[in-house]
Amino acid sequence: MSSFRIFDIAGSALSAQSLRLNTVASNLANADVVSGSAEASYKARMPVFQAERSAPGQSASGVQVLGIVESQTPAEKRYEPGHPQADGEGYVYSSNVNVVEEMTNMISASRAYQNSVEVMNTAKELALRTLSLGK
Amino acid sequence: MAGPDPIFGVHAQALALQRQRMDVLAANIANADTPNYKARDIDFAQQLRQTLQGGAEPAASHHARHIPLHSNGASGLPGQAVYRVALQASVDGNTVDTQVEQAQFADAALHYQASLGFADARLRALMTALTGQ
Repeated sequence: MSSFRIFDIAGSALSAQSLRLNTVASNLANADVVSGSAEASYKARMPVFQAERSAPGQSASGVQVLGIVESQTPAEKRYEPGHPQADGEGYVYSSNVNVVEEMTNMISASRAYQNSVEVMNTAKELALRTLSLGK
Repeated sequence: MAGPDPIFGVHAQALALQRQRMDVLAANIANADTPNYKARDIDFAQQLRQTLQGGAEPAASHHARHIPLHSNGASGLPGQAVYRVALQASVDGNTVDTQVEQAQFADAALHYQASLGFADARLRALMTALTGQ
């Protein structure tokens, strides 16, 4: 039982939120990717968060990423017969990334990251003061 | 853990309890985006009272094979967390309000510093008494 559990908790939030930022970056980078079939088109990805299972009697738990799921929104079908990747009927399929959604997701993730950094800073300061007790 | 500490008084327990409370609040902030996570907090005044009165009373068990309820064994303190009443719950079942949690965290940090200050002053006073200067 570490007396610095708060660092583990805030650290788990930092890694979870940075993973979320990574998926947002990936989605935004691939927002304009088109492909020749609906299956092959890029699907927006998002992480699934879950509270870490804490030991019995412990009330504080960090956050963990269960996995990354792909959005089930159907890919947009566009008629572009001149496109090199168009299928037999002249359609291309763009990714199902919603750029506005991704931007709000990014802001939310970066705010949450900042919050946890603040928590860590405060905890560090308090720990340092406790260590210098009586000096 | 019964009664106040002879040197630090109530602040020894208060420090441990506030640290534990900060753990819980940090967990709330960490899980601000976790679906179905319910925000928790420690009722500081009640917990401190219980601690000073010699620990929490164990929950009554009506059957020999009942599993006893354990409170937090982290520091020997009964830091039992209770669920926070949500001001505005979100659709995904999360009840964390980041602003509230941040305010409470700042509050816990300040109280921790205050207790630290008292403990520090006590140590200095003892050092003065010991060295006699």
